[in-house]
Amino acid sequence: MLHIKCPYCGMRSQNEFAYGGDASVKRPEINKEISDLEWDSFVYLRKSLRGKHLELWHHISGCRQWFKVQRDTATHEIFKTLKPNEDI
Amino acid sequence: MNSSDLVNLMLSPQWVAKLLHHFISGVRHVNLQGVKTEYIGPQKVKELCPIIELSGPRFPVLGALWQPRGGTARHDAVAWGYARACSDMGMDIIQQCEVTSVTQANGKVTGLQTTKGSLKCKKLGIVVAGNSGHLADMAGFRLPLESVSLQALVSEPIKPCMDVVVMANTVHGYMSQSDKGEMVMGGDLDGYNSYAQRGNLPTLQHVLTEGIAMFPFLSKLKMLRTWGGIMDMSMDGSPIIDKTHIEGLYLNCGWCYGGFKATPASGWTFAHTIAQDRVHELNAGYSLNRFHTGHLIDEKGLGTKTWIS
Repeated sequence: MLHIKCPYCGMRSQNEFAYGGDASVKRPEINKEISDLEWDSFVYLRKSLRGKHLELWHHISGCRQWFKVQRDTATHEIFKTLKPNEDI
Repeated sequence: MNSSDLVNLMLSPQWVAKLLHHFISGVRHVNLQGVKTEYIGPQKVKELCPIIELSGPRFPVLGALWQPRGGTARHDAVAWGYARACSDMGMDIIQQCEVTSVTQANGKVTGLQTTKGSLKCKKLGIVVAGNSGHLADMAGFRLPLESVSLQALVSEPIKPCMDVVVMANTVHGYMSQSDKGEMVMGGDLDGYNSYAQRGNLPTLQHVLTEGIAMFPFLSKLKMLRTWGGIMDMSMDGSPIIDKTHIEGLYLNCGWCYGGFKATPASGWTFAHTIAQDRVHELNAGYSLNRFHTGHLIDEKGLGTKTWIS
C-alpha cells in the first residue's frame, strides 16, 4: 500500500486517495482557437513514463483536495508532494 | 521431434460463465461473432457451479452468459510454443537484451540500439505489451495509452470443487480452479500508472471481498502468491495494430486485458501490415489515428480508468 503525504493533511494510506493521471497535461486555453491535433494530444496522448512521473491525486476520503505527486512508476517511491499551484 | 510436441498447452475447454448482476444485451453480440453463447438462469448457474452464492447480498446473481467452449490454456506454454516454432523457422530470439533507443533518419526508421549492441533495419515492429509507451517515447512520439499493473492471485491447492471459469464484471473478479487445485483469481487494475511488476494491497482486498461474497468458502483458504503484470491500457479499451507516421515503424499495442486470447489474429494481421506496408481489413478499425478522428471503438467503453465505470 502506498503511503501518500497529502500537502494539507499529512501522511495517509493509499485507500483514502483517488488517482487523477498525468499532471503534466495542460488543458488548452478556453477561448483560444486550437487544432484537432492539439485537442487530441490533450485528451488522449500520454507519455506513460517509466521512472519519475508527476501525477495528480485526489484526497477523496479526506480533505477532498487535488494535489501533485512525484512518484517513480517502476519502484513506487514517492519523492515529493505539491499543492496544485506549485511546480517541481 | 517437432517443436509442437514439446509444449503442453493444458488447453481446458471447460465452460466460462459470465455472471449477470444486471441485465445486458451481450448474448446476441457474442453470437454474432461466431462464439456460441447462451443466457442461463440462476438455477442453471448453481447447477454448473454448486459452490456459488446466488443471493448476494449486495449483488444477487440474475443469470449468466454461458460459453460451453470457453476455458483456459497455460499461457507460458502457448508463448513457448510460438517461440519454438519461430526459432525453427529461422527467427533469432535474443534474450536478456533491452532496447535503449530507436534510431531514425529523414522520417524513416533505421535501427535499434540495445544493451548488446546495435541493429540496423528497414522495418521495425513494436509489440511490447506494457512497455509500448516507453518504446514510443524512444521513437519520439506519444501514444493514447498508459501502463497500469493488473494483479492475479492463487490460493493453496484444494480438492476439485469447480470446473467452470466464473467471471463477474459487475464486482470486478474472476475465478477458476487450476489442475493443481489452486483457486486462481483476479480483478481490476491497480488504478495508477505503474511499471512495477507487483501490485498493491487495496486491489487484492477488493478482489477477495467480492470473491468471498460470491464464494463464501474462500474465507477458509490461505492465499499462496500474488503477482502483477503491466498492461498497456488504451484510451478506448481496444488495441492498436497500425503503421505510424515514421516510415517502417509499426505498432501492435494497447491490448488492455485481452492480448493473450487474441494472439493468433493479432500476429497474423500485424505480419500482413508489416509485409505489405498497409493494414488488412481486419485491423483497419484498430488504427492509431482513430483517437484523432473520433472513430473510437465502442467495444467495451472502457479506457485507462476502468475503475470509474
